[in-house]
Parts: sequence; C-alpha cells; structure tokens
Amino acid sequence: MNPEELHAQGIPHPHQSRACQIRAEGLHKRFGALEVLKGVSLSINKGEVVVIMGPSGSGKTTLIRCINFLEEPDQGRVMVCGLEVESGGRGGERGRRIRQLRAKAGMVFQSFNLFPHMTALGNVIEGPLQVLRMSKAEAEVLGVQLLAKVGLDAKVHEYPSRLSGGQKQRVAIARALAMSPEVVLFDEPTSALDPELHEEVLQTMRQLAKDGMTMIVVTHEVKFAREVADRVIFMDGGVIVEEGPPAEFFANPRHPRTRAFLRLVE
Amino acid sequence: MLETLRNAAPFLLQALWTTLWLGVVSFALSLAVGLLVAVVRLYGPPILRLLAAAFVSVVRGTPLLTQILLVYYGLPQLGVTIEAIPAVILTLALHAGAYTSEDIRGGMQSVDRGQWEAGYTVGMSFAQVLRRIILPQAVQVITPSLGNRFITMIKDTSLASVVTVVELTRVAEQVGSATFRYIEMFVIVAIIYWGANSLLSVGQARLERHLRRAYQ
Repeated sequence: MNPEELHAQGIPHPHQSRACQIRAEGLHKRFGALEVLKGVSLSINKGEVVVIMGPSGSGKTTLIRCINFLEEPDQGRVMVCGLEVESGGRGGERGRRIRQLRAKAGMVFQSFNLFPHMTALGNVIEGPLQVLRMSKAEAEVLGVQLLAKVGLDAKVHEYPSRLSGGQKQRVAIARALAMSPEVVLFDEPTSALDPELHEEVLQTMRQLAKDGMTMIVVTHEVKFAREVADRVIFMDGGVIVEEGPPAEFFANPRHPRTRAFLRLVE
Repeated sequence: MLETLRNAAPFLLQALWTTLWLGVVSFALSLAVGLLVAVVRLYGPPILRLLAAAFVSVVRGTPLLTQILLVYYGLPQLGVTIEAIPAVILTLALHAGAYTSEDIRGGMQSVDRGQWEAGYTVGMSFAQVLRRIILPQAVQVITPSLGNRFITMIKDTSLASVVTVVELTRVAEQVGSATFRYIEMFVIVAIIYWGANSLLSVGQARLERHLRRAYQ
C-alpha cells in the first residue's frame, strides 16, 4: 500500500504540507541527582530538518527520547500534529496516546536495534503488521518499496547478522518510515559506524530531507548539518544555548560555549 | 528377565504412554506458569512481584513429593478434592513452573534493552513487544535449560506412583510385588526411562542446533 492509499484510510501522508507542528514545551528530566533537561522547549515545522549538536551529557539524546516518551519527562508536554501527551499520569488511555505518538514519531537509534530474528523485510513490516494492522501482502509491498528507497533491494530477505553497519542503519531508517511518521528522530545515527560507512547513511538521510520529511537529528556531522539542516540547535548543560540557520550558526556562533564546541568538532 | 518382560509388556506400554503424556501436559502447563511468573517478577506491580518471588522460593525450597502428597491428601481436608491425575499434573506444573520461571526470566533479561525500545518506537504495546520481539529471542537462550527441565519432568512423573497413578514406576512396583521380580521390573523400567530421555536429548540437541543456525 502506498502512502496515498494509506492516507485515504485516514493515515496521514508522510510528506504532505499542512499546518502540523512538532512541539516540546518545558521538558524537564532528572536522572537521580543529575538534571539532564532543565526546561527545554522546541517547535519544529512540517518539513523542517533540525540538527541538534552539543557535547556529550548536554541532554540532546534525552531530549529526543523524551519527545517519543522512551524517556518519561518529569515535567512538560509534547505535541505531534495535534496529538498531545503531558508528563505524569498513567493508565491505559494515556498508554494508547503514547503509542500513537510513537507511531507518528519514528526513531533511528545509534545502535540500530534491528530485530535479529527477523529479516530486513520482517523488521520493516513489523510495525505496519502489528500496529497499523496492515495485511501481510500490503505490508510486504510497502516494505520492499522502502528497502528499495534506502538502496537495499538486494537485501530484502537477509537477516541483520548478514548486513554491514551502514546497511543495518538503512534498514532501521526504512523501519521508521514504514509507519508513515510525521517526524523521524535520529539519535547519532552514524556514531556507531566505521567512518567509511557514514556516507551511505547520510546520503539516505539527505534524500529523506529532500523528500520533505521532518527530521530531528542528533549528530556531530558538521558537514551534514551545514548542507541539510534548516536549523541547528546547540545544547549544553540541559538547555538550548543557541540556535539558528546553519550558515549563521557555523559562521558566527554567538555563545562562547558554542564556539568552544565547534572548535572541537570542526 | 525376557519372560518377565514379555508378560509385563502390555502393562508397560500402557504405563509408558501415561508417563509420557503426564510429562508432556505438565511440562506445557509449567511453561505457561513459568512465563506468567517470570513476567510478573520482572514487570508486575510490587505486591505481585513479591508474591511471585515467594511462590518461587517456597516451591523450590520444598520437596516435590511433599507437594504432591499435600495436594492429593491434604487439600481434601479443606474440602477440595482433586482426582489423582489432575492433582499430579497441577503439582508438577506448579513445581516445574517455579524453575522454568527463573530460566525464562534470565532469558528475557538477556535480551538487549534496545529491543524493547525499538519495538516501542514503532508504536507496539508491551504485550506485542514481549510476544513478537523479546520471547523469540529469549527462547534461543533458554532452550538448553528448558530441555533439561523436560527430561527432569519425565523422571519426576514417577512420583505420581505414590498417589495411585498407574505410570511406569507404579507398574514396576505392582508387577514386581505380584511376581517377586523386583530387580527385573525396576531395571526394565529404568531402561525405558533412560531410552525415552536419550531420545529426548537427541531431539533437544537438534533443536538447539536448528535455533543456533537460524537468523544467519
């Protein structure tokens, strides 16, 4: 089933341009004594590509993990295209809304986290089968399409153990896309890869950005940020220190902490 | 001995069948018990976790024979009468379930946390991730210990003989006492247990090989 048909069934088209925002408001998160997020707010327009940079421990990974509630924020709320989930509370209804939120906000992990007992295709169609209740035949058509899109037509029936790191990560991207998400969150998608494998993953992400996908990317890849990002956000100590369009951000970083960080990564 | 064997053969065959199905049914139920207890201990609310831990502790800390006698002879005193075979199946399932719950718990814990997260991020529920992602990977890890539990189970069915269930050991005892051929009968029955369990071991080794080869 292609995105148009999905859309006809009430599942939003991934790339349609309409007033849909991804917002995080006042996110706080504490791990024991350590306050990792100190009230972070973020608003992203449909189709925008936002790169989040910052030293390790700055809270950037925690921020995107709070956006899909893999990490339960202590305070704050998240809105993805009208669907809102607030911190605190429990119960089945809230659980359902969190699952809906996650289906709208796909995620790509640093360590891939492919399901080792399923083929590449199996990995991609698991969400559509189990969550969207798509028929197997439809899901497989979609899965093969998406794997072709990330350049893995030849690996459809391979198990992850037979794939290189770059191929694994591209399967993971296809898996996230299979849910027709409104936004895809990337958590350092190239950090676990050998340098020569970065480019194939970044190329896939570039293509995705070109297709109009909304993306939030935590990465240290400055070149990618310069070329692809609409906006770069710099985090340090659990807050957003500064943000701006990449040209401006890299040429004239205003904050001394940003300047210190950029000297290290560039 | 051959003549003893010939005379006893029809009883032994019947008894072997009883032993095997008692073992299979009890083992299947013990897997259900073990899975439930393991999930509760890992993810249940605190009070249930405590109850599950207490269940495992008590069951593993008391003899199976005592448990069978308690269920079969003890419960009627409380007005709960259970036939011999259901009583044995119930006890064996709970007893082995306490052990398998520990295997299953270990197997589930051995699966990387990232697998839960990957399942959650496509919108799957706890039960879906457990069933589709975690358990299939845990099975690979715990098959060897579950195989051993199954063999133990086949041997433990012999304790059913004390509550009148006519399985292999009981037949050996009955024929032995009727003919004074105790040595012959118990040796024959021991060989039957050994043969059955050897076959099971072969099957287990094949299953493990098959699981190791999968996903490559």
